[in-house]
This record gives sequence, structure tokens and C-alpha cells, in this order.
Amino acid sequence: MNETAVVKAQPSGGADFRDVATAHTPFRTGRLVLWVILALVVANFAWIVAHNENFGWPVVARYFFDPTVISGLYVSLGLTVIAMILGIVLGLAVAIARMSSDRLAKSFASLFIWFFRGTPLLVQLIFWYNMSTLFPQLSITIPFGPTLASWDTNSVITPMAAAIVGLALNEAAYMAEIIRGGLLSVDRGQTETAEAFGMTKARALWRIIIPQAMRSIVPPTGNQLISMIKATSLVSVIAMADLLYSVQSIYNRTFEIIPMLLVAVIWYLLITSILNVGQSYVEAYYGRSDRRNGEAAKPAAATDEASH
Amino acid sequence: MTAVHNARPLVQARNVHKSFDQLEVLKGIDLNVMPGEVVAILGPSGSGKSTLLRCINHLEAIHKGYIEVDGEQIGYRVRNNRLEKLSSSGIARQRRKIGMVFQQFNLYPHMTVLQNIIEAPVGVHKENRKDAIENARRLLDRVGLSEKTDSFPRQLSGGQQQRVAIARALAIKPKLMLFDEPTSALDPELVGEVLATMRDLASEGLTMIVVTHEISFAREAADRVVFMDGGHLIEMGKPEDVIGNPQHPRTQAFLSRFL
Ligand SMILES: Nc1ncnc2c1ncn2[C@@H]1O[C@H](COP(=O)(O)OP(=O)(O)O)[C@@H](O)[C@H]1O
Ligand SMILES: [Mg+2]
Repeated sequence: MNETAVVKAQPSGGADFRDVATAHTPFRTGRLVLWVILALVVANFAWIVAHNENFGWPVVARYFFDPTVISGLYVSLGLTVIAMILGIVLGLAVAIARMSSDRLAKSFASLFIWFFRGTPLLVQLIFWYNMSTLFPQLSITIPFGPTLASWDTNSVITPMAAAIVGLALNEAAYMAEIIRGGLLSVDRGQTETAEAFGMTKARALWRIIIPQAMRSIVPPTGNQLISMIKATSLVSVIAMADLLYSVQSIYNRTFEIIPMLLVAVIWYLLITSILNVGQSYVEAYYGRSDRRNGEAAKPAAATDEASH
Repeated sequence: MTAVHNARPLVQARNVHKSFDQLEVLKGIDLNVMPGEVVAILGPSGSGKSTLLRCINHLEAIHKGYIEVDGEQIGYRVRNNRLEKLSSSGIARQRRKIGMVFQQFNLYPHMTVLQNIIEAPVGVHKENRKDAIENARRLLDRVGLSEKTDSFPRQLSGGQQQRVAIARALAIKPKLMLFDEPTSALDPELVGEVLATMRDLASEGLTMIVVTHEISFAREAADRVVFMDGGHLIEMGKPEDVIGNPQHPRTQAFLSRFL
């Protein structure tokens, strides 16, 4: 009522122009020029790379699906998955220990994080691999008492075991801090409410706190996962035949170093791209309660990326 | 509305003391609440009202005295003639007959309204899921929100969230309901809908302890009004006496601000 009165009072019908429904976005010439220049530079660079014979693209194509490369790829992926799962589970335990009121658990967790974050992963891997020179025998004993069981270290800590243990423990230290940050980000009132409703601490954590913490845990965990894929290349130093090790073993024969490294690089990029898409789905899932219109999780960003 | 007299009190607090470090917040509280009784607690901010409520379901541990709910001492048990602290799972079990409604609603934001309500019945009280859902729908209907079953808390107004929180607390079929300033975080025009829901509960004979600043609610819905100041219960009695004709100067001063 009032509005129409105001509009009518406007001289020369000026209000029609001001109705935002009629607005359009002005054409931004500068932006277009920038995009064209950028596209040209990228295309030109791609063309140069594609036609540079030193890159050896035919070699890249020939070895891309080579059985050695593929089996190396499986090793890298398998290591990543196993070490990441162990890292997350152990990290969660360490995070909870660090946040508990129990002094012993707290200091043990801090010590764990301090040590494994504070030393280079490469050194940790070499240590695990060479465990047998430090401790030739692994035994289960009662402290200062009799021995219950004993094994030869080399038979227990194979290169595979050394790689998994090394990667997982290192990962757990980082994941513990990420998870702790996530748990701390949840409103105190939520824990209190869960307790007031008679939930046990474990149930409150599992049903109420962790699902809410996921929103701040997922993005850095995606980061960790991608770092982990690349960190698995370190295990080539302990003679594990991962992706990097397998291309190395080929170029040691053929001396086609750059093309073989390109094979590895393209595989690493492919995997991380897939992980990025997966991450945006997971993020959308844990952000679904934020959507005002209450639609089920439909990750717009993810579908965008997937269609590229 | 009518309290059953000559029965055993549902809640008994005796000489309850509570301190945070050096600060003594509860300085010897004695309070009985009979089954079916509605007790409103009034008092200035910082007088210890929330702390008293939180001691009743052991969200805070008391330092002296004892609190009993439904015949069980909260937080402790007697064994071999000695009092021993309950484990956290023992305390969790005791809390299962006490519903609580918070000033900030504290709905679980990652769950829908329905999931919020059935979480404790299914997960804690091990109720059959289908029955729990049916009961949740009935409760939502009762608080006037049956069309919001699948909404997330963020999509609701404050008043609607608080009514869901009340339904959630009722879903565990509590013997006692604690309300800590349930309308204080609401816009003035939303207070009425929540108070109306609480009036209904009061008239249906639910035992309730309500911390509130809504004087008219206390006057109309409560069987008894308690005035609290500086960690003491200063005045206690029928609403028409405590609100209509306060005896203690502090009660008079406090109430005069609402006139
Ligand atoms: N967790 C706590 N730690 C320290 N002091 C607290 C804590 N909770 C409450 N207090 C103090 O106890 C006093 C009473 O608080 P509260 O029970 O919340 O009062 P009310 O609900 O009546 O406003 C206040 O002085 C408050 O600062
Ligand atoms: Mg309070």
C-alpha cells in the first residue's frame, strides 16, 4: 500500500529504473582481455610442451599402462589407504587421550605427537626398515621379568610392514592434532546436552560431537590424504616397489628419465584430482544441515568439477 | 497444578553447597519438590539458579549436603555402609529420568527435528525405533510443529527450536523436567508460544523446576515460587504470596523491577 503511494509520488516514473529486477551486469572488457591473454599463454605453453621431443610423449604413452607401472600404482594406492585408515584411527585415539583429564594419557599423547611430528618421515622410515640392526629380536616380556614370545625382527618388519608402520604413525601424529582441533570447535553445550540426556561419553562423542567436528576435520584431512599419496614415494628408499620406484626401475634400464617421471607425475595428478572430487562430496555431506532450504546433499561444486 | 501432598518428595535437596574455586555459589540450599509440583525459581542474574539446576542432574558436582531424585542419591551410592562416587555410566543412568531444556536450546544441529527427538529414546533408552518415531510425531503435534519433522534446527525460528527441545526432553518420558530460562534467548514475540507449551505441561501434572524471569508465568503456572539470591533460597511459598506480597526486602527490590 505504502510502496505504491511512494512510487506514484516519484517524478517522471524514475522508480522503474531502480527496481533491481531490471538490473543487468555490465560487460567487463578488461576481464575478458585478461582471460584471452591467459588462455593464449596456457595454450601456447601446452603446445610447446606437447611438441618438444625431449619430453618423449610416445615413450610416456607406451609405458603409461606398463604392468610394472600399474603394479607400482597399486602399491602406492594400497599403502596410502592402509596408512591413512590406521593414521585416522590411531589419530582419533591420540586426540581423545590428549583431551582427557587423565594426566598419564595426556602426557603420553603429547609425547607421541611431539616425536612423530618433530622428525622427518624419511628418517622414521629408514629407522623402521633398519629395526633389525637396533633390535635383532622382538620379544613379548613382562617388564624386567621372563620372556613370553620372541621373533626375528627381519621376519616381522618386512619392507611393507616398515612402510605401513612408518607412514601410519607419522600420519596419526598429524591427524591427532587435526581431529583435536575439530572436536574443540564443537560448542561445549552439545557435550553437556548429550550428558544431560544420559548418554555415555563414548556415545556422545560418536553420535553428537564427531559428526559436528567433521566439518572442520574433512578439509585438512583431504590435504593430508594428498600429502600421503606423495609421501608414499619416500618408501622407494626402503626398496618398496611403489609408483616412483617402478618408473625408476624402468628408466634405470632405458635411460628415458624425463618421460618415465612424466608417467608418474600424470598418475599422481590423476589420483589427486579424483580425491579432490571425493572431498567436495564429503564436505557437502557434512555441511547439509547448513543449507537453509533443507535439500538433501547435492554438492554443486563437486558436480562442476566432475564435468570437466 | 495440584501437588500431591503427604507423598515422598520427588526431589530433595539438603544443605547443598557448591563452589567454583574460591567462589561459593550455593550456600546451603534446602528444597523439596513433590511429584506433580511446578516450582518456579526467580532471582537476579548470578544468584546460582542455573548452578542449582545443573547440580540436580549432576552436570555439576556438589561439595556438601546431598540431592536425591526419585529416591536415588544423585552421583553417589551406598555400598557397605559407605558412600561412594558413581562411575560416569552410573551417573548417565540416573540422568535418564530427568529431562532438561536449555536457554540456548542446544538442539543437535546435524540432525533433523525427528532425529533430535528419537536420539535418546532409541540410543539411550533402547526403545523400539518405530515406537520412538511414532511417539516423536505425537510430541511434535503436541508442541504444534508436526510439519517440521524433517527440518534441520537452523531452519527454525528460536521459538520453534525451543519447542522442539521441549519435545526432545519429553520423549524420554522424564519424571522430572528442568527448564533453565527457556525463553531468555527468544525474541519477545516468540516467548508466548513456548510459555503456552510449558503451561500445558504444568497442567498435565508433570513435575517441573523452572528457572525463569517471566513473572506472569510463575504466578499463573507454578504451584510454588522460590526466590533465590546470593546462593541462598530467601523466600519460598505460593505464587500469590511470594510475588503478590513479598516479605523479604531483596525479593521486593527484585520484583519491583518487573512492575
Ligand atoms: N563453570 C563455572 N566456573 C566458574 N564460575 C561459574 C561457573 N558457572 C557459574 N559460575 C559462577 O557462579 C555464579 C552463579 O552462576 P549461575 O548459577 O549461572 O547464576 P544464574 O543462573 O542465577 O544467573 C556466577 O557468579 C557465575 O559466574
Ligand atoms: Mg542462569
